[in-house]
Amino acid sequence: MDLVFITDVVLPPLMAGLVVTLKLIACSVPFGLIAGILIATGRVYGNPLVSFACSAYVVIFKGTPLLMLLFLIYFGLPSVGITLEPFTAAVIGFIVCNGAYNSEYIRGAIQSVKSGQMVAALALGMTRREAILNVVLPQALRRAIPGISNEIIYLIKYSSLAYMLTCIELTGAGKIVASRYFRFTLVFLIVGIIYLILITIAGKILSLIEKKLEVPGLIR
Amino acid sequence: MDNREIILTVDDIHKKYGNTEVLRGISFEVRKGDTKVFIGSSGTGKSTLLRCINQLTIPDSGKIWLHDEEVTHSQKSINYFRQKIGMVFQNFNLFDHLSAVRNVEIALIKVRKMPKKEAREKAMEELRRVGLEPQANLYPAELSGGQAQRVSIARALAMEPDIMLFDEPTSALDPELTGEVLAVMKDLSKNGMTMLVVTHEMGFACSVANEIIFMEQGKILESGPPEQLVRNPRYDRTKQFLFKLGELYGDIGRSQ
Repeated sequence: MDLVFITDVVLPPLMAGLVVTLKLIACSVPFGLIAGILIATGRVYGNPLVSFACSAYVVIFKGTPLLMLLFLIYFGLPSVGITLEPFTAAVIGFIVCNGAYNSEYIRGAIQSVKSGQMVAALALGMTRREAILNVVLPQALRRAIPGISNEIIYLIKYSSLAYMLTCIELTGAGKIVASRYFRFTLVFLIVGIIYLILITIAGKILSLIEKKLEVPGLIR
Repeated sequence: MDNREIILTVDDIHKKYGNTEVLRGISFEVRKGDTKVFIGSSGTGKSTLLRCINQLTIPDSGKIWLHDEEVTHSQKSINYFRQKIGMVFQNFNLFDHLSAVRNVEIALIKVRKMPKKEAREKAMEELRRVGLEPQANLYPAELSGGQAQRVSIARALAMEPDIMLFDEPTSALDPELTGEVLAVMKDLSKNGMTMLVVTHEMGFACSVANEIIFMEQGKILESGPPEQLVRNPRYDRTKQFLFKLGELYGDIGRSQ
């Protein structure tokens, strides 16, 4: 029976894989966001050196395949004495990549904040740093939410690349079950449905957050 | 002799943008309770002058003193001086992501490190002063221009500044809204606030200012009490400018 086969044979390892996928996402998203904010802020407000370093970071990691980066981290770093667990290597790769993309949305949003906002903050006696933290970033991040949401959804999908580092997440678990029973179509359809559900839920949560943080007239 | 305390001293301020000399040696003193109005055609450096006073624009040379402390070359302590020098902008520059009351309290909390509850009370008190307590929870986009400008005045006042700078505070408003903002400013002036105002509202200037300063090409061409400057300008250029204003806004000085 196919149904019993699905519930008893296919789903248990897929659920175990899903847990790993969720962990990968949960570890990557917050730091990817922080990385994005730091890089974007460094690019716009940093001194020339910081700004250049942040731009270089974005050029490099936006311009190279994520899988190559993951291989470098996992297989390349041991040659300089850094050996990482597959899970850790994958998370680091995701954060680096996600941070680069997030920073682009956030940079655009920072630049769209009217210059008068910064001027008014300084005129009240805020330091530049206080003005950035209390006035510019809260506005910029709100405007960057749709872009950041997209990146989080991409991240959910490219978390499947962790499988290439032998970190057995959802896709990897699917590959193993499918190969053992030679049921590729069935297993990967189920895997696909799980991703679809995951991304739909994530999308809902993200748009709730967007609604919650909405300010009248801020985004025209 | 005038023995009121000198609050602000502006000494020989120069500012150049590229080859354009915007300010060419501006000096004056402001005493406690003064309201000085700056007039003059666009591009004569009135706004630049105000921005030099709180160092949003750094002058090329010259000095600014607040009481007996130098504001120019003050490096890090500029943030202290800026708390003491309130500023109101032509485009309000309210923080778009904060409600009216949050706009007023944010600097109290983040700069003055006031406890939140105390800051909220202070902010509400300032909003009451400009007649906007009912609008406390509205966002800038939900306020009329006049209300937004009054919130921005409340925001500056909350820091308890020694002097307030108004940079064309009503230029972005229609006549009706202009009236409500000018009423707040008149009130402030009557209550003894020291104010420097860039404006072409001559009705306001004549009824409130104790000195009108006419600027021309980066210099103070002439200055004096309203009745003297408006009725009896020394220079033809001043007369000509006032005549132009009069053509636009009706008979100056009688329209109060």
